[in-house]
Amino acid sequence: MRETVTILVDGRAAAVPRGVTLAAALLGLGVPAFRTSVTGEPRGPLCAMGSCFECRVTIDGVPSRRACLTLCRDGLEVTTRG
Amino acid sequence: MAETLLADVAVVGAGPGGVAAACRAAESGARVVLVDEGLAPGGQIYRHLPGEEPPAEARPWLARLWKSGTRVVTAGSVFDAERRGDGWRLRALKGEQVLLVRAGRLVLATGARELFLPFPGWTLPGVIGAGAAQALVKSGAEFRGRTVVVAGTGPLLLAAAAGLAGAGARIAAVAEQAPAASLARFAASLLPSPAKLLEGARYRLAFAGAPYRTGAWVRAAEGDGRVTRALLTDGAREHEVTCDLLCTGFGLVPNLELPRLIGCAVAGLGVEANGRQETSVPGVFAAGEICGIAGAEVALAEGEIAGLASADALGAADPATRKLFGARERARRFGARMAGAFRLRPEVLRLTAPDTIVCRCEDVPLSHVVEARTTREAKLHARAGMGPCQGRVCFAALEALRGLAPDTVRPPLVPVPVEALAAEEEESP
Repeated sequence: MRETVTILVDGRAAAVPRGVTLAAALLGLGVPAFRTSVTGEPRGPLCAMGSCFECRVTIDGVPSRRACLTLCRDGLEVTTRG
Repeated sequence: MAETLLADVAVVGAGPGGVAAACRAAESGARVVLVDEGLAPGGQIYRHLPGEEPPAEARPWLARLWKSGTRVVTAGSVFDAERRGDGWRLRALKGEQVLLVRAGRLVLATGARELFLPFPGWTLPGVIGAGAAQALVKSGAEFRGRTVVVAGTGPLLLAAAAGLAGAGARIAAVAEQAPAASLARFAASLLPSPAKLLEGARYRLAFAGAPYRTGAWVRAAEGDGRVTRALLTDGAREHEVTCDLLCTGFGLVPNLELPRLIGCAVAGLGVEANGRQETSVPGVFAAGEICGIAGAEVALAEGEIAGLASADALGAADPATRKLFGARERARRFGARMAGAFRLRPEVLRLTAPDTIVCRCEDVPLSHVVEARTTREAKLHARAGMGPCQGRVCFAALEALRGLAPDTVRPPLVPVPVEALAAEEEESP
């Protein structure tokens, strides 16, 4: 078992494994949609390797960051529905 | 102000091709900078989390990389390349920082991404790539309690299903669009290389309880807010499978943005390179999937050759060079056999309905781009490809589905803040 860290997902604290990518952690928490599309559809990760930008979320206030290219660390704040 | 790294050879992409190139160039005495977007070197096939043990087949190469003296820059997205004097200047974004790399020569090894073919329901959360599934498994994702359908084509489906099963998922079905007869011919062609057959068998055993259908493909995904069903078909009968994850793998497309920006000639399915892996632009070399999708063994051989050539260390008459050329040739033949066995059937290229979204960034349906003859027209008339992925998903699909000609490439290659575009190098680096 990996150690866990606490991240804030849309304002709620969640324990996730330390050192995994944010995309992996959010999927593990059962968060299906990472963002809302321009016509209002829910969207989640598609390629998980940085090409598709479907996993973009707001991280520590910075919008449009790719969750698949970000590692979880203690205190990270992520906002979905962006 | 931006940090500047100076190099004889800059390598872009740290998959097998880029790692092999960096090792060979650095071991030949060149100052090498290797830039990659990933969190750790390895690309997709050697993917692992930083600080964790890489896959066994990656360890010798990565150990060699660390020993080679190569300056490895991870989490760096190259967004521009320009000629400067006799060499090149790359600009990369690492976090919020701009990094400049000045190099006499370049080795491009930007690899491949998955080809996503739009079908009804493919934008639902829970529909991901087969390669994406593997990447997530290697990025620490858990799939316990998930029910998965894997559909598409190629050995990647088996690898993805095995990886997901290993991460706790239940595999409900695997659908391979290639007919059973091509698979049998392909398997027979592997008899001289039993290791590859064994690898396939090992993957298959990892999800032994699930059906593996050949000549079957996914027609649609359904669900309310997330995928809950996959509709599989063999062209005659439809078959509904309950799932909460649908992984599709329709093959790979090369990441040609950087070579196109630099002006490297592209022919057919990849960058044109001569026997020394040099592109049409002198001093710019290419290795791996961007020269045509052919797998990691080709990438390693091409990377070694490109690395040596970029450091002026490729002795044409050396036995070692001949050995590398031979390895490259054998690996390419295997790649070609694989491409033949898993050619996409026409039905799979006709799954997109008029109202199916093709551009996921701008939510553009197919009906809005049917008149377009080039991806540029699709962009100008319908906003396809105008979002942050810059057409990496929809243009690749439109090229595959409708034969649209690719657009020219302009910087920045990935979205960057305005300040990053303005960042200039320090006066005396």
